[in-house]
Amino acid sequence: MIGQIREMARRSILQTLRQPAMVIPPVVFPLLLVSINAAGLSAATKIPGFPADSYWDFAIAVPFIQGSLFAAINAGTAMARDVETGFIMRLAMTPMRRMALLIGQLIGVMTVAFVSAFIYIGAGFVAGMDFKAGALGIPAIILLGTLVALAFAGIGAYIGLRSGSGEAVQGIFPLLFVFLFLSSVNLPRNLIEQDWFRTIATYNPVSYLVEGVRSLIITGWDTRALALGFGFATLIAVISVSLAAGALRTRLIRT
Amino acid sequence: MVARLDYYMRRYLTQPNNSLASLTMSSDNGIEVEALAREFKNGPRAVDGIHLRVEPGEIYGFLGPNGAGKSTTVLMLTTLLPPTAGTARVAGHDIVREGPAVRAAIGAALQEAALDPLLTGRDHMKLQTTLQGVPKAERRPRGDALLERVGLADAADRKVGGYSGGMKRRLDLALALVHKPRILFLDEPTTGLDPSSRADMWSEVSHLARDEGVTVFLTTQYLEEADVLADRIAIIDHGKIVARGTPEELKAEIGRPTLEVTPVDPEDRRTVEAVLARFGSAAPSPPEAAAVRLRGGAEELAAVVRALDAEDVAMRDFQLHAPTLDDVFLAKTGRKLDAGDEEGTGEHAEAVPA
Repeated sequence: MIGQIREMARRSILQTLRQPAMVIPPVVFPLLLVSINAAGLSAATKIPGFPADSYWDFAIAVPFIQGSLFAAINAGTAMARDVETGFIMRLAMTPMRRMALLIGQLIGVMTVAFVSAFIYIGAGFVAGMDFKAGALGIPAIILLGTLVALAFAGIGAYIGLRSGSGEAVQGIFPLLFVFLFLSSVNLPRNLIEQDWFRTIATYNPVSYLVEGVRSLIITGWDTRALALGFGFATLIAVISVSLAAGALRTRLIRT
Repeated sequence: MVARLDYYMRRYLTQPNNSLASLTMSSDNGIEVEALAREFKNGPRAVDGIHLRVEPGEIYGFLGPNGAGKSTTVLMLTTLLPPTAGTARVAGHDIVREGPAVRAAIGAALQEAALDPLLTGRDHMKLQTTLQGVPKAERRPRGDALLERVGLADAADRKVGGYSGGMKRRLDLALALVHKPRILFLDEPTTGLDPSSRADMWSEVSHLARDEGVTVFLTTQYLEEADVLADRIAIIDHGKIVARGTPEELKAEIGRPTLEVTPVDPEDRRTVEAVLARFGSAAPSPPEAAAVRLRGGAEELAAVVRALDAEDVAMRDFQLHAPTLDDVFLAKTGRKLDAGDEEGTGEHAEAVPA
């Protein structure tokens, strides 16, 4: 089983590395967006109660979540491609365990997210980020970022396996972005003046993922924010991976 | 010694799912199918209670137009689709109750070459040998040997997305062989290939069966392919087997050759038809010609020429066809299987009505 997972993870990483279009966007676009936001919204730091002196410090948490959305697309597209090309049938003909395919694919995607997390942190430090959680916070933020990537990759894998269509996976991308922007991604929830927006952001689990990552940067070790961040990431990961496993069971029928 | 053998026999037979039948078939490389059927929800009975028996080491041609039930049969025999009725034993194992044992004994190249366009040929070999449980030390040499064997050694490190159709099919075949299967299922292995690639594939399939004793279950819509490769053939149409036997037996059933005559003046076509009708029953022909299945065989050729001459018909073309599998197909199904027109059209191609 371990050998099978390793081989499937290797394949997933090779797939990603051989498609520059799947490597560059998860790294470059989130950093580009955070740079634009930091430049345009820097005045937000003057709002009374804003939790950081630098908008860059506040916003650098966002690429972790955005990168995870790309992880969802990558995982979903890879699964859908296996269905479309019939490759999944080839795998079904081998003694491979079903979960080896799913776990291997997700590990591959998480590896990319893991590397991306280092790049985001590095970019943050280059831009003068004041990382409040100290050296021990770095493995914590990378762990949380990778867990969030797993949670979203599970959603992508589920949709890819259920639909068997790369187009369907691409189609959910805007929807995921809506979830991202209807959260506390740009402002702390207590500073959002529109009631409906604040309510949605409060019920949107993405808010707690962002706030968990952000707390390590701008607050330090905030137990509540971290518990909510890790808790929601774990919950979403468990649900999405379970759904993906169910979809794989349906898709990979053999006697 | 006999007592010891008896002990092991009894012990084997007391295990669940074991039977005397499975014991005798366990070393078998054959396929036995009994009343196998598959019905899809809101759809037709894709496979409708077929029976067949494939002997160890033979190439068995499974012939039929698209939609006839060939691929559904292969999916069931390879354990990828449960039957809705009937049974089958592949390599001595029940396809429903002993799926893993069946899969361990077989290799398959399904209808579309199921490859990952982003991986190289060598990557595929590494993945397949690992997943098939080939010992680590043997993986690389076995993969390289198979790539060499199918003529892909030079392209082994190129991404499969850049391979031609023939190269993909050859890689697909090599991947099906990594665990040294005893039975090989090839589902339309040459569809869409150019004549040269098709000949290469035929040569390799023939070598596997003749020299290595691999049983080959080959589906095809190409009559020529079945004629050249298969030891025995079954023709499937609308989910039912309509004929079976060796190509020679099937052609002998038809027996009579077909004569096709094209007059110089198209106005004479009706006259030609009337003359030919005296010598047998009409056969399908191109619009500008007329054809007859000669009742008295090729011996009547001279008489036909004399009769046409007496009617003062000038002939542009005059062809005598020995019975072919196409004639067999026509006789058994009432339709003509024109695979040549279907090349590359995939699932949408249909049998052409006669």
